Amino acid sequence: MKAGSILLNALLLGVLGAGLTIGQFGRADENPAPADPALLPVFEQFGGKPGIDALMEDFMIRLIDDPRTRDYFAEADQKHIKQMLAEQFCVILGGPCTYTGKGMKETHARLAINEGGFNALVEDLQLAMDMHKIPFRAQNKLLAKLAPMHREIVTRP
Amino acid sequence: MLALTLSLALGTPAQAQDADVHEPSPAERARPDDSVAGSEKLLLTAGVSELEGAAGGGLTPWAVIGGYGTRDQIGASAFYTRVNVPDYHLDGAGALIGFLDRIEFSVAQQRFDTEAVGAALGLGRGFTFRQNIIGLKVKLAGDAVLEQDSWLPQLSVGAQFKKNDRGAVLEAIGAKDDHGIDFYASATKLYLAQSILANVTLRFTRANQIGILGFGGDRNDNYTAQLEGSLAWLLSRNLAIGAEYRMKPDNLGIAGEDDWFDAFIAWAPGKHVSLTLAYADLGNIVIKDRQRGLYASVQIGF
Repeated sequence: MKAGSILLNALLLGVLGAGLTIGQFGRADENPAPADPALLPVFEQFGGKPGIDALMEDFMIRLIDDPRTRDYFAEADQKHIKQMLAEQFCVILGGPCTYTGKGMKETHARLAINEGGFNALVEDLQLAMDMHKIPFRAQNKLLAKLAPMHREIVTRP
Repeated sequence: MLALTLSLALGTPAQAQDADVHEPSPAERARPDDSVAGSEKLLLTAGVSELEGAAGGGLTPWAVIGGYGTRDQIGASAFYTRVNVPDYHLDGAGALIGFLDRIEFSVAQQRFDTEAVGAALGLGRGFTFRQNIIGLKVKLAGDAVLEQDSWLPQLSVGAQFKKNDRGAVLEAIGAKDDHGIDFYASATKLYLAQSILANVTLRFTRANQIGILGFGGDRNDNYTAQLEGSLAWLLSRNLAIGAEYRMKPDNLGIAGEDDWFDAFIAWAPGKHVSLTLAYADLGNIVIKDRQRGLYASVQIGF
């Protein structure tokens, strides 16, 4: 009887624990690069890591060209940002990379970014992805993983 | 630490201040574009203007707030819609303002031309019903576009205040009122990884043919709940195709009413203009069955 109730408790704890784990990692709150191995075919559509690196070059050019995003990047360490973004995108798409950067909250905490600025960056990324002939549906699979990061990146209002 | 805090508070030794003050980088000095009239929502994510003036699909409101304004901006749009079916045509025009991606206010006018049917009914050829609609929508929760890791759709509630100008004719066909209020709740979600947008709307209404034939009737004079839905497939950033369904009440004994369907294509060459074309099946309208035809709508805005 007692053994049975212990077993039941253990089961309950297990279920609760699993629930909490899903609850914690189901949202991209603090994970700057939520890897999804199922996106490996999308990683290939991006041309692997070399494709992502090449994409970053044109993405950064657009960010600096865009008056809505320019001031956040023009005088920053662009090489480092491109490298971190490439690692981040690579990991998210299930590629064989390690993200060595900081969390989204930490890296954006001192920046004044509103939703319009966040969306401006998305638009610039979409244009860069178009330029690199990345299929629309593949683009959306990446954007679906990046979009929730608005919670850490948008600091205003 | 206490000494440092105290000295900072007292504004004394400059040395201690220098050590603690963070020199902002150029990126940290950057300020967002905080102009109130803005267009920073992503393309097509504000929907188009539905027949009654709210942001949505063609036939049904969505939970999104119209205009391209984000949560700290005001957006606005205006539309003109023409529906041509074999025995009638409908013109609709209106405008909306979206405040802070939270509240949407819309106005619209519909003109329903009975063409030859008007003569057959003794009203006169081209007899036209006019309906004015004032709409209000409030976003309650969620974000249809950005919250991609959450199951929660964007949820809004709304009301449409409708007034028809043909009270005497409406009374003659059995309608109880020439004005009425529709209440609705909408849930909209963009499934970005699948490139699909889905919307479900539950509407409480007494309207006959969305109000063009008045409100309430001899068969039923109470509010009934009607389900409406839209499913859109995004083909590219500026092109979507999809289908819609709108259940309707059937309150009038002499004018049977059917549910509405359409299949649409929406194209937004930019944020300032969008075009929607649809093939709509409006079923029976008064004495004419199988009213199927073209729906065309143009929207401008920011």
